[in-house]
Amino acid sequence: AGGFAAGIPRRHSQAYLFLLCCSVFPEIHPLTLEELNVVEQVRVKVNDAESTVAVEFTPTIPHCSMATLIGLSIKVKLIRSLPERFKVDVHITPGTHASEHAVNKQLADKERVAAALENSHLLEVVNQCLSARS
Amino acid sequence: MPAGDPSRAGLCHRPPSFWVCSGCISCSSVPAHKRPFGFPSWLARSCLENTDPRTRGRGIQLLSQVLLQCYSLLQEKEVLHLVLFYENRLQDHHLVIPSVLQGLRALSMCEVLAPGLAVSVLKAIFQEVHVQSLLQLDRHTVYSIITNFMGTREEELKSLGADFTFGFIQVMDGEKDPRNLLVAFQIVRDLIVKNYALGPFVEELFEVTSCYFPIDFTPPPNDPHGIQREDLILSLRAVLASTPQFAEFLLPLLIEKMDSDLQSAKLDSLQTLAACCAIYRQKELQEFLPSLWSSLRREVFQTASEKVEAECLAALHALSACLSRSVLSSDTEDLLDSFLSSVLQDCRHHLCEPDMKLVWPSAKLLQAAAGASLRTCHRITRSVVPLLLEQYTKHPQSSQRRTILEMLLGFLELQQKWGHVEEDESALLSLRAPVCSVVFSAMTDPSVQLQLVGIRVLTVLGSLQGFLSPPDLELVVDHLLRLILHEEDSQSSEAAMEAAGSLAPIYPQIFSGRMVPRLGEELQSEREEEGSRAPRSLQQRCLQALAAVSTHTSIVRETIPVLLQHLRRVQKGSEAGNAQDVVSVCQSLHRVALQCQQDAESCWYYHQTVVPCLLAMAVQAAMQESTHPLQGKALLEEEALAAMVPVISAASTHLSPELAAQSVSHVVPLFLDGEVSFLPQNSFPCSFQPFEGGERLEAQRRLVALLMAFVCSLPRNVVIPQQERLLRELLALSCSCNCPFTATTAAKCFAGLVNKHPAGQQLDEILQLAVNRMEPGLAEGPHRTQALTLLLWVTKALVLRYHPLSSRLTDKLLGLLGDAELGPVAADGFSLLMADSPDVLHKGCHADVRIMFRQRFFTDNVPKLVQGFHGAGPDVKANYLKGLSHVLNHLPKPVLVTELPTLLPYKARVIRALAKPLDDKKRLVRKEAVAARGEWFLLGSPGR
Repeated sequence: AGGFAAGIPRRHSQAYLFLLCCSVFPEIHPLTLEELNVVEQVRVKVNDAESTVAVEFTPTIPHCSMATLIGLSIKVKLIRSLPERFKVDVHITPGTHASEHAVNKQLADKERVAAALENSHLLEVVNQCLSARS
Repeated sequence: MPAGDPSRAGLCHRPPSFWVCSGCISCSSVPAHKRPFGFPSWLARSCLENTDPRTRGRGIQLLSQVLLQCYSLLQEKEVLHLVLFYENRLQDHHLVIPSVLQGLRALSMCEVLAPGLAVSVLKAIFQEVHVQSLLQLDRHTVYSIITNFMGTREEELKSLGADFTFGFIQVMDGEKDPRNLLVAFQIVRDLIVKNYALGPFVEELFEVTSCYFPIDFTPPPNDPHGIQREDLILSLRAVLASTPQFAEFLLPLLIEKMDSDLQSAKLDSLQTLAACCAIYRQKELQEFLPSLWSSLRREVFQTASEKVEAECLAALHALSACLSRSVLSSDTEDLLDSFLSSVLQDCRHHLCEPDMKLVWPSAKLLQAAAGASLRTCHRITRSVVPLLLEQYTKHPQSSQRRTILEMLLGFLELQQKWGHVEEDESALLSLRAPVCSVVFSAMTDPSVQLQLVGIRVLTVLGSLQGFLSPPDLELVVDHLLRLILHEEDSQSSEAAMEAAGSLAPIYPQIFSGRMVPRLGEELQSEREEEGSRAPRSLQQRCLQALAAVSTHTSIVRETIPVLLQHLRRVQKGSEAGNAQDVVSVCQSLHRVALQCQQDAESCWYYHQTVVPCLLAMAVQAAMQESTHPLQGKALLEEEALAAMVPVISAASTHLSPELAAQSVSHVVPLFLDGEVSFLPQNSFPCSFQPFEGGERLEAQRRLVALLMAFVCSLPRNVVIPQQERLLRELLALSCSCNCPFTATTAAKCFAGLVNKHPAGQQLDEILQLAVNRMEPGLAEGPHRTQALTLLLWVTKALVLRYHPLSSRLTDKLLGLLGDAELGPVAADGFSLLMADSPDVLHKGCHADVRIMFRQRFFTDNVPKLVQGFHGAGPDVKANYLKGLSHVLNHLPKPVLVTELPTLLPYKARVIRALAKPLDDKKRLVRKEAVAARGEWFLLGSPGR
């Protein structure tokens, strides 16, 4: 309902993007990011008309060593799942991680994300997070 | 090195005469003791006598390297001279020593080494060389020399007495390199197990090795030597646990390390202790038993680690076994008894508190000790079982009772390990009445969990020979029956059936006399009184129980008639859902068939009784159907016939060839000529002609399913009478029958026979016949689907056995993918070709199946599928893809992974193409696109 605003179909809703993020699994962890409260629907912002997506994620503890990996996995998942016109911004919920700034910088840097995915070890870990579970 | 002179260089190329060149020795100015026999004089002059130790070293290095190449060609006399030379050189400058050791290593491998020289070399090394100040490689050389001599000159070295041991202790004292330690530990182990004299140096030898215990070694990253911590641990343990002589030093060390903060040290100590117990006697352990026990107890009571607990229990087991093994002289104290007394004293009282933390650790300790020997088992059960029985009565809650009963189960299972027990020795026998009453009380408890443990205890008691008395057994059967028939919870009822199944072969009479008749009665009676319980579930349970209890040949003879009788009743009944009832009986019959397969006598009884009976019932039903077509017969429904197939098949696969031949001589004439005389009820209203034409006979033709079940399950060497005629009839039926079930079954039966048919002209003819029938059928007419089904099954039969015709048939099938009408069915047919078929053409029914057939099919046909896809019109392209996906789906994963890159050139294009539907208007489309694109990203990528 209310899918049309100013004649542009609102195809990529907040709820839809949230579902995408939920299908990311932290490595060897039995719970989803949703169950861990790492991603929440209210922290997913989408503007279909302007083709922007912003996702805030909350590491489980301020020193969580997986923060970068989780952020990277969410970002890769969204890049693979959204049309190319979208600009995807993934960052840490302000004030929830010790190295918030450094991680955000890394995630925002296109070159560094691309380089990370060239690294076969890192790609393997990311792919494991993105493999659907049965 | 003067290598420029061609004449001298030429000399060097003439070994082995090189070594006996007398011309060289005469012109040498080097004193003989500094120069080996036959060593070229120019070399001797320029190198060996050189005053610069580096140059001297290079000369010896060259000589040593030559020796390492050709030591096997040396003569005894040459070796003698070389040994004297090298021994002498050990006194030389330290820069020279590494090369000298290399030379000695070469000489230590000479078979012609004269007696006495090995000892002399070793003495020289022990005396002249400070081994631990050498580099790792040179130390390794010394160990190699010693190892070589120990391998070939054992007697000679032993003549050195304890001096050899002492010498070696000095050599390895302070060794730090893991590579060298592996060798050194092996040498120490050999010293001990090969009985070299240790003399007064036992403690020194222990010190020089035990200082590495517990091993704390982490291989460096990218270590090229590949030595793991575990290698060192095992090789050191082999040393420490190799002799009781170390006991007085080792046991205190182990006790100390068991208390370590490092879990690895704990585990290593416990495992080493267990290893020692294999060779120790009472004497070595005596002094340390109290401390050992208190350490083990402390660890089990305190640890949170399952691993530590398991190793503690294993060590206690080994310790008890060691004490049990020792032979007692009349005047010594029985250490086992006092040891077990302290174990009991510290653990027993915890068993009385089933809610407390220490109850299970205590029970496990007691069970570990009890499991060590018959004696420990007696001693502990005698004390613990009465206590547990008493506690069971004292604790009314079912959760507590369950804990107590589970502990009891553990002790009884240990008893089982020792098999039959002498009556006067068995402490358990006197406890028969209270044990039984506890078990029966558990089985009648409302708690399902308690019932389940009760059933397990009962199974163990039943397996203790002579424990249960005949009246007990009657009660056992009654309790099991009650649980099977009336317990609401299916878990309990199934457990009771399985228990009946495992007890029945031990007490066949009581089960066939008491349980089977009761089950039979229930099966009959439930039809009349339709109470509040769903009668079908009760019937179902009776059928399952009859099958479960058929684990002994005498019981099978009771249950089979009951099951068949029930089948007859079902067939006569006219209720709806009868086919489902037939299926239930068949499932039970199938289970019994599987249980009979291993016993030739039961197998033949089963075959002889069940197969003719099923055939007779089916034939009768089919004839009634022919005369009164409107009276629907449950037995002839597809699902009923399909359920009878595995029964007949399982009854036939394990027959001996002679008996199979006997049986096949009845069954084939039944189908070909209507020979009904061997069937139990053989007066039928009309004749049985399944292969005749005519609408009325449709029901009879369906019974080809039963023929297939039998004839396709026989061992390959059984000759089938009138096989040619049978094959022709099957072929005709498969191509012309309007009923898909019958046509498919005939095709499968044909394929099953063709797969086992010996190669040769006969087979070629029958295959040609099949092709001739198929081709026009496929081209046009009302039976195109039937022809395709036949093509699929025959192709499968031939693909499995690598028959040359299979490729032609596969090509035919590939061609049909482009057919607008048959294409989709042909595409699905690839799944049939690749998958295991449940009833025919599998290994279990003796089909000819080559192990690599899937890989072979893949390599032969995938390129054709891909090519076909490119050339196909848009309306049939999907068929090729479907076929391809079926082939890939059934391919073993390792093969698929190696083959996938050939399919991946499309990956980038696919991912790009899938980007567009990500933005589709419809949510469903986007969802599928996201899933597919995600999968394509992962395809062939690491982490999958």
